[in-house]
Amino acid sequence: MGQGVLISLEGISKVYQDKVVVQDLSFTIHAGEFFTILGPSGCGKSTILKLISGLEHPEEGRLILDQEDITHLAAEKRPINTVFQSYALFPHMTVADNVAFGLKVKGVPKQEIKSRVLEALDIVRLSHLASRKPAELSGGQQQRVAIARAVVNRPKLLLLDESLSALDYKLRQEMQIELKQLQRKLGITFVYVTHDQEEALSMSDRILLMREGQIQQIGSPREIYETPNSLFSAGFIGEMNQFDGVILERKQARIYIAELMGQQCQIESTHDFAVGDQIHVLLRPEDLRLQEVPDTTKETGFVGHITERNYKGKTLDSVITLENGNQLLASEFFNEDDPDFDYAIDQKVSIDWVHGWEVVLPYEG
Amino acid sequence: MKVKGFFAVIAIAIVGSWLGLFIAVPNVLVLITSFLENDPQGFFHLQFSTAAYHQVFDPLFWRVFLHSFEMSFKAMIICLTIAFPFSYWLCQFSSKVRGWLLFLTIVPFWTNSLVRAYAIKFILGKKGLVNSTLLFIGVIDKPLKLLYSEFAVIFGLVYVLLPFMILPLYASLEKLDKNLLSAARDLGANGLQRMWYIVIPLSMPGILAGCLAVFLPAMGMFYISDLLGGAKNLLLGNLIKTEFLSTQNWPYGAAMSISLIVLMAGMLFIYYKAAQHVQKRGEFDV
Repeated sequence: MGQGVLISLEGISKVYQDKVVVQDLSFTIHAGEFFTILGPSGCGKSTILKLISGLEHPEEGRLILDQEDITHLAAEKRPINTVFQSYALFPHMTVADNVAFGLKVKGVPKQEIKSRVLEALDIVRLSHLASRKPAELSGGQQQRVAIARAVVNRPKLLLLDESLSALDYKLRQEMQIELKQLQRKLGITFVYVTHDQEEALSMSDRILLMREGQIQQIGSPREIYETPNSLFSAGFIGEMNQFDGVILERKQARIYIAELMGQQCQIESTHDFAVGDQIHVLLRPEDLRLQEVPDTTKETGFVGHITERNYKGKTLDSVITLENGNQLLASEFFNEDDPDFDYAIDQKVSIDWVHGWEVVLPYEG
Repeated sequence: MKVKGFFAVIAIAIVGSWLGLFIAVPNVLVLITSFLENDPQGFFHLQFSTAAYHQVFDPLFWRVFLHSFEMSFKAMIICLTIAFPFSYWLCQFSSKVRGWLLFLTIVPFWTNSLVRAYAIKFILGKKGLVNSTLLFIGVIDKPLKLLYSEFAVIFGLVYVLLPFMILPLYASLEKLDKNLLSAARDLGANGLQRMWYIVIPLSMPGILAGCLAVFLPAMGMFYISDLLGGAKNLLLGNLIKTEFLSTQNWPYGAAMSISLIVLMAGMLFIYYKAAQHVQKRGEFDV
C-alpha cells in the first residue's frame, strides 16, 4: 500500500438551488486507504461522492487525481467507479452482463471481458449466479454484484455510497468484514460514505466527519473517538457524558485544576486554557468507574443514585442521577472476579474515572 | 354481504351484456357474413361460401393493402421518431411541469379527429396556411400540391395518432430509474451507449405498444384518406367501407375486416414474443 496522495480536493464548493451543500472543502485521500466520510443525513457526504465520481460538478475548487486535474472531466472518463446506495443494477441484463458492462462500453476484447468478469464474480463468490437476473438475487447478493461491476474496471478509486444501509444487521456485519478484506486484497482505495458511526470506526483507516457541508474532524478512528475536537464529534461518535466547568488553576503544562459541578478535580488537556475559562469535560461511559457507598456516608466527590440498569450482554449499562439532577451513563464490563455484579435501583454510588482519559474542550456556548 | 353480492351480479351482468351485445355479437355477425355468398341484388345470400376470402387474395386487393400497409408503417416510424425524443425530453422536467406538458399533448384529443382531419385540409390546401406562408416569404412562386397525396395521408395519420405513441412511450420512460443512467455513466458509457444499452431496451415494451397503437388503427382510418388522400391513396379501411356502403358486397367487406383482425392478432403475438425475447439470457453468461 502506497502512502502517496491519490486524490485531493481543493476548496470545493457545491450549491444546489441556492443552498450551499458543500463549502470550501479541502482534503486528501491516500492511495490504498479505506477512507470513510461520516456524517448525519443531509450533511453533504453523498454530494462529495458525486463530485468525486463526476456525476456532479463543483461551482468552485479543483479535484486532482494522480497529479491530473479532473475537475472538468466527464464522469464516464474518470477511472473511478461507484457502488450505488440502491445498487442500480441493470434489471434487463444478467449478472454477468451487468459486470461486463463497463468493459464492453470501453471496447475491451470479448475474450478478455469473459475472463475478467469471471474473475470479478469469483472475488465476490457469485460465479454460480452469473446467468441470473438481478431481481432473482437477495439484497446481499445484489450488493456483491454491484461491487463486482465496479471493481472489474480496476478503478483507481472505488466509491461506496451508504452501500450497506439496505441490509439487515447481521448481513451488514458480515459485509463490513468482507468489504475490508476485499479492499486489502484488491489494494484499491475505497471511499465509503455512511451515517453509521460504528461502521465507520470498524472499517476505516481514516474518517472524515462532516457537519453541514464542512469538515468537522478528520483522523483515524482512534483519534476521532479518543480526542474529538468538538461536542459534535464527541456526540456523533459514541455516547458521551458531558460536564460543564471552569478552569481554576494551571498546575503544569497540561494539568489543570477545574471546578465541575461544585467539585474540584484535576484534569488533563493539551489545550491552552487560562484561569477562568469555561470548559466542557467529556467522559465515555466505559471510562467511568462506579463504587457502591453506604447511603449514610457523607461522601465527597461525585455521588449519585442508580436510577436505571440495563443488562447489555457484554456490559452493564447504568444511569446515575447526580445530586444536582444531572444524569450520567456508565457502561461497565463484566469481569471474572464478579461475573454476577449488578446494582440495585437507588443504590448510592461514587463516581470516578480513569484520569487522563477525559476530553476537555473549550466552551461552545 | 347479500346486498353487495346482488350489486356485483347486476354490475357484471350489465357490463357483460353490454360487451356481448356491442362487441361479441357484431364481430360474430361479421365473421358469419364473411363466409356467406355475395348477392348482387341484396347484401348477401344465406349460403356458405369462401369466395370472399378468395377475393381477399386478389392481386388488386393486395396492391391496395400493401400501399396501405406502407403508409401506415411510415406514419408509425415518423410517430416514433417524433414521440421518442419528445417523451424523453418530457421526463427531464419536474413532475408538475410534466403533468402540464402531458395535458397540453392530450388537449387536441378532445376535438373529434374527423374535425381535425378537416382542419388539415385547410392547412395543406392550395390556399392553405403552408402554401400561403411559403408564397408570402417567396420560397415558392406557385402553390405546392400538398393535398390529395400520400404525403397528406401520412401527415394526417401522424397528426391524429401521435399521442397514441407518446403516451405508452412516456409511461415506460418515466419509470426508467435515473440511477441506472448514472451507473452507466459511472461505468464509462457515453450518451449514445446509455441510450442504446439502457434506455432503449428498458423502454422496449413502450416502444412496441406505441407502434401497435399507431400502426393498427392507421390501417383502418378511412376518413383520413377520404379527406386527404384522393383516389390513389387508399387505406384498408377505405376498401372495407366501400364494400359495405357503396358496392354493397358485405361478405367481401366482412372478409377483409376479419383478415385485418387476424393481422392485428398476428402482430400482437409477435409483440408478445418480442417481449419474451427481451428476457433472454445474457451475452457474457458463464
